[in-house]
Amino acid sequence: MLPAAAEKIEQGNSLWLDAWLRLRKNHLAVFGLGALIAIGLACLVGPWLSTHGYEEQNLELGAAGPSRAHWLGTDTLGRDLLVRLLTGGRVSLGVGLAATFVALTIGVVFGAVAGFFGGKLDIIMMRTVDIMYSLPFMVFVILLMVFFGRNIILLFVAIGAVEWLTMARIVRSQVMATKRMEFIEAARSLGFGRRRIIFRHILPNILGPIIVYTTLTIPGVMLLEAFLSFLGLGVQPPMSSWGVLIKDGAEKMEEYSWLLIFPGAMFSLTLFSLNFLGDGLRDALDVRSSKD
Amino acid sequence: MARGPVRASAIPTILTTLCRSASVNQKFHSPSLLRLATFIPMLRFITSRLLQSLLALFLVITATFFMIRFVPGGPFTAEKAVTPEILRNLEAHYGLDKPLWRQYLDYLGRLGHGDLGPSFKYPNRTVNEIIADKVPVSAELGLLSLGVALIIGITLGTFAAIRRNSWIDYLASTVGMTGISIPSFVVGPLLVLGLAIHAGWFNASGWYGPADRVLPCLVLGFAYAAPISRLTRGGLLEVLNQDFIRTARAKGASEFRVITRHALRGGLLPVVSFLGPAVAGILTGSFVIETIFQIPGIGREFVNSATNRDYTLVLGTVILYAVLIMALNLVVDILQAWLNPKVRLET
Repeated sequence: MLPAAAEKIEQGNSLWLDAWLRLRKNHLAVFGLGALIAIGLACLVGPWLSTHGYEEQNLELGAAGPSRAHWLGTDTLGRDLLVRLLTGGRVSLGVGLAATFVALTIGVVFGAVAGFFGGKLDIIMMRTVDIMYSLPFMVFVILLMVFFGRNIILLFVAIGAVEWLTMARIVRSQVMATKRMEFIEAARSLGFGRRRIIFRHILPNILGPIIVYTTLTIPGVMLLEAFLSFLGLGVQPPMSSWGVLIKDGAEKMEEYSWLLIFPGAMFSLTLFSLNFLGDGLRDALDVRSSKD
Repeated sequence: MARGPVRASAIPTILTTLCRSASVNQKFHSPSLLRLATFIPMLRFITSRLLQSLLALFLVITATFFMIRFVPGGPFTAEKAVTPEILRNLEAHYGLDKPLWRQYLDYLGRLGHGDLGPSFKYPNRTVNEIIADKVPVSAELGLLSLGVALIIGITLGTFAAIRRNSWIDYLASTVGMTGISIPSFVVGPLLVLGLAIHAGWFNASGWYGPADRVLPCLVLGFAYAAPISRLTRGGLLEVLNQDFIRTARAKGASEFRVITRHALRGGLLPVVSFLGPAVAGILTGSFVIETIFQIPGIGREFVNSATNRDYTLVLGTVILYAVLIMALNLVVDILQAWLNPKVRLET
């Protein structure tokens, strides 16, 4: 998929350049993009630059408010909150990206196959999606995490398995619309195989909706991870994530409110940015949306 | 259609013909015949959905039953000072010493009589009792939250659609963004900190008086007000451009009447189809809300029972949730078909 997109930018660049120009006019989306880059860089580089380690305890200091040595204060064990936030951000963002990738892969392949072949296969496949929609999936994910869990790979798979359904529906409807177009008939008359037609001809042409929906899936996935961590089922110590930090903060908020406020603000800022960017991309790529 | 006496054997054929003509061309004049003609495919639709749900429910029960058994650790492993002998007695008492397939069949047999079995962790209590005890609390929380979500969402969405690009439209989209981006487990503790601990207006936790309902229901419902207001706005905007709205206005109907009587009926269709996911979301949201506010509901019980390996209680709550969500989806499908005859009833 990606090489095809890159080729397009080099050659005609009308669609993608246009989209970029439109996106640039959307202040909120630009703000979101900037904030995301800043947060991502800070999480990547920040912990190395800091003089504090994220597991470094200072029991004498204990929980202290923001100061010059500890910009966002320390937790009850005297650990620097800023460094813990940034390392936790690596996990949260990492889980967000990886689980979205799982959901993206399953959803795109499933939706593309159902939409392309149509007929009975399509009916069976989409019926399966419908039934899975009607199941209490979160209940299963919680059971999985309790029983097998506290294992980060399983976390990706479990979240990915919940989130692919909508992607499959979107891709299917797009594929069904695209496969009737003339250039697909041309590809077919040139004798190309089905796999080549799906992956080289149809998918690159529906990248827009896929990108938009992917951007909007990441915050959903990060929410799920934080939700599970908040229940004590997600990421386990000594690793930490924003969900874990929010949970810890909520337990100690009466005396040490900054332990809740800073992680909550960081997490919400990231979700805001992702949602703004997703909305902006939707307008920029001119995807028919349910918004209006 | 059929004049004179009709042979009884001909009725199904006539009905089928009616159904076809009713769905193919909409030129039906007799309302009672039309109602009859749409009733038959509706019935077929409902039965096929019911069968499907039963199959899915069976799969859920089976999958959950075997999944929790293939996990290391049992309900009695955490207990202190359990000698092998006592353990064996305990297992014999609960039938855990029988082969797994036998236990599975026993469970299904008892389930057929509506018996969910004894709890492994609460001595002398059955799962039925625990569920009957905790569900009313969670149901109250869920229904109040859904009410909050619908009232805030539909009101904001309606005003946003009528006054497009006004301050209220921007307010609605801000509320939407906030609802999506600030999760309930951040808003909840923050509100407790501000309004309960510092301002002292509410209790920080518990579920006793009416005041204890305010914060949990607001927090849980607010997250779903956002998508509902978006859907209402979108649905209304689509409807408001149509001819029948212009006709209603031309007849001299007041703007209030046009919106409430004519536009909202069609405009709320997207909201109706969102009800399924919304209730499922409120259900899972209640796990967290009940933990934050220390509400003695079934959500907290479910998470605890999973951690405690209380097999029967886990299964019981999973079945409860599955039945609830499936029944709701069915109701939503029927409602949708009833509100909008154009929705094709797929079996």
